[in-house]
Amino acid sequence: MALLEVESIDVFYGDFQAIYGISLSVDEGETLAVIGANGAGKSTLLKTIAGLSRPSAGDVRFDGTSIATLPPHKRVPLGIALTPEGRRMFPSMTIEENLLVGAHKSRPGPWNLESVYATFPLLSDRRSRLANNASGGEQQAAAIGRALMCNPRLLLLDEVSLGLAPVVVEQIYASLPTITAQGTTVLVVEQDVMHALRVADRVQCLLEGRTVLEGTPAELTRDQIATAYFGI
Amino acid sequence: MEWANAVVQGLLLGGLYALLAAGLSLMFGVMRLVNLAHGALAIVAAYLGYVLVQNTGLPPFATIIVVIPVMAALGWVLQSTLLNTALNKQALAPILVTFGLAVILQNLMLQLFTADYRSIQVGDLAGASIQITPEIAIGVFPLITFIVGVIVIAALQQYLARTKTGRAMRATSDDREAATLMGIDNKRIYALATAIALAIVGVAGIFIGIKTQFNAYSGDTYLIFAFEAVIIGGLGSLWGTLAGGMILGVATTVGAQLFPSSGTLLADLVFLAILAFLPTGLFPKVVNG
Amino acid sequence: MSLALSDNTAGHRAQVHRSTRASLVGLVVAVIVVVSLAYGPFAFLTKGNQQNLTTLFIYIILGTMWNLLAGYAGMVSIGQQAFIGIGAYGIVYASDILGLGLWIGLALALVISGIVAYLVSFLAFRLSGGYFAIGTWVIAEVIYLLTTQINTLGAGAGISFTAFRGYKPEIRIAVVYWIALAAVVVAVAVTYLLLRSRLGAGFTAVRDDATAAATLGVNVTRSRRIAWVVAAMGCGLAGTLLAMTTLNVQPGSVFKIQWTAFMIFIVIIGGVGTIEGPIIGAIVFYALERYIGDVGFWYLVILGIIAIAMVLFLPKGLWGLISGNGRLRLFPTGYRLTSPLPTPIANGTPDSREGESS
Repeated sequence: MALLEVESIDVFYGDFQAIYGISLSVDEGETLAVIGANGAGKSTLLKTIAGLSRPSAGDVRFDGTSIATLPPHKRVPLGIALTPEGRRMFPSMTIEENLLVGAHKSRPGPWNLESVYATFPLLSDRRSRLANNASGGEQQAAAIGRALMCNPRLLLLDEVSLGLAPVVVEQIYASLPTITAQGTTVLVVEQDVMHALRVADRVQCLLEGRTVLEGTPAELTRDQIATAYFGI
Repeated sequence: MEWANAVVQGLLLGGLYALLAAGLSLMFGVMRLVNLAHGALAIVAAYLGYVLVQNTGLPPFATIIVVIPVMAALGWVLQSTLLNTALNKQALAPILVTFGLAVILQNLMLQLFTADYRSIQVGDLAGASIQITPEIAIGVFPLITFIVGVIVIAALQQYLARTKTGRAMRATSDDREAATLMGIDNKRIYALATAIALAIVGVAGIFIGIKTQFNAYSGDTYLIFAFEAVIIGGLGSLWGTLAGGMILGVATTVGAQLFPSSGTLLADLVFLAILAFLPTGLFPKVVNG
Repeated sequence: MSLALSDNTAGHRAQVHRSTRASLVGLVVAVIVVVSLAYGPFAFLTKGNQQNLTTLFIYIILGTMWNLLAGYAGMVSIGQQAFIGIGAYGIVYASDILGLGLWIGLALALVISGIVAYLVSFLAFRLSGGYFAIGTWVIAEVIYLLTTQINTLGAGAGISFTAFRGYKPEIRIAVVYWIALAAVVVAVAVTYLLLRSRLGAGFTAVRDDATAAATLGVNVTRSRRIAWVVAAMGCGLAGTLLAMTTLNVQPGSVFKIQWTAFMIFIVIIGGVGTIEGPIIGAIVFYALERYIGDVGFWYLVILGIIAIAMVLFLPKGLWGLISGNGRLRLFPTGYRLTSPLPTPIANGTPDSREGESS
């Protein structure tokens, strides 16, 4: 059975409709990449799954139960963790304190300070640095680590590559297999299609709030993706 | 040597101001809410202590056992009902609601206790002092006030720095939405912050009741002192708040000698001077999120 | 004036209006009311009526000024009593002590209020939100305490206002009444014109989103400072009227924070952010004070409860209720879009309130 099912949701910001009837499902242990250009509705989709936005129509089910009306803080104990766009570290707290806050509603599981530091060695030396003073790559790694600290069943990653040097993006994506190896289901949202294709079992492409293409990286051609991505 | 005495008294008085300021600072820090009813709530606690001493014969300091939980519960309820609602409304709502609350509390107290001045009697302790030099004596009660002030500030500091809930409060203060993504219920955190703030105000209220004569209007002065200590110390710095309280304390006691008819004038002028020349306070917060 | 924009795709016409039929009616009614009130002392207003109306006029001025600050410039001040006191002492000082007479004294009192407001704004504006509120209060306290140190002004005991010496009481009461009526008209008109000016559009932008306004080239601090100085002069004007009605200025009375509490109640009850709100609010507040004011402190408890309830559940006040949430406008200050298309509700994101508090 699918761990996460999103069923034809509509999402609005005020009068602006960001998502038109998107559906998707992710199986336990699977990695789904949602790609699309700026403004395609990717971040809104993740926010809706995490509970920061409410769908005006449709349903979001986690492990078979509807969670569409649960506030975000009640979704964390179920095992949903979001690494938000822009990382949103707590700037006045150290990297380690940020990680500890991530464990506020921790479930049992493999992730703790040690395993996060082991997965992201660059954080280990920076643990007592204020998040505000950390580099973009350190912040991104810490933001993923912070989400892992609650031992999520479903990890939502929003624009991991945004604003980071390619070398750093490589480093961070290199640690993704370690995470999925624990059985964690991952839903990654990316503008950087190449990285997304490399880590994903399946890809779903959004354009202006609608799904325009789905498939496994193997069965999709570059042209198909380019057409879907830019809407040409 | 009355000046030296005034300075020592003032420094000790700073402990009381710091207690008042800590609660104001905590609520502002966690939810950006400036509680204009803060002074009135201190006087509510003072009256509570007064009534307990009068009616149950409880020793003055022991009233804290009752006053702290009552004030904390009041804070929890107030935040969960009125203030959380106000925080979700337009930007001016929280200020206006706490202002209305201050007016309500003040006039309820006037109705219940009239405008006559009361105080909580502690007997010999009020006048007891320790002679340091032939000229300088330290009052035992001001000393207790100061020590309690330091202990409370230190405890609050440790709570915020070391405990899980304290970290959750700081996280909520930094970024409320990101904190909810960590599973933190911000309404609960807000209620807890206000409960702690009012518990501390409760302690301050008892000390106010013992230190001076008070009536329903007295809260105004204490709100101003709390605010001045926060700004002098620098927003977000608890130890700065203690320093701010001590500076104000000295300005009050020295000011009372200089302008006997306008006791708080010097303290207010010191505050304005710091606002003019050191607008971020003496101990500005290093990080601006 | 009305400016037509054509919307070709939909074939509808959207129109931007400023005046409405209601506002024209409003203007006519306002003129009739003011003229009748001005004529009143000759015909139907007793001395007592005139005194009561003078008090009401003072309330309208105070409410209008606080509304200018909070409702348009987004600044909650709880220190406006400073300028009431300065106005009251200012007119006594200029008229009596300097011997300049009533009218120059009145003008000078307003100038002093404005200058003091301008100077202290450099201190007060270092704070924002709730801390700005308490900061203004501290400044008011300092001005109050300093006044009580000045022997020329009677120190703590207060001072009499003698410019009306030699007037018969009924003449004095009528003159003060006319001055108060003129003051209300000036205060409301100045506020109205200020809000209709380019500056007024800036105010609203600043209140709604100071950061965005700043990036759009609105000089936020300058707009706020102008509102602050004008509001101070308005409160100073109310202070001069207080001196004229009581003939005795006492520091503990003119500088009391209750004045600001009244202003806040008036604006909350009437409705924040409209010209009409504080006028309605002042009338209701005055009536409440007259008819339930004798229940002692319970009166203020009740007012506090009403104020909190209105802030939470009726944020547009009585005027919002009467006007159907702003559709009816007697004194339109902004532009309005009437359109057959659904009106966009500018809610923004759910957390749009976040940024402006810190």
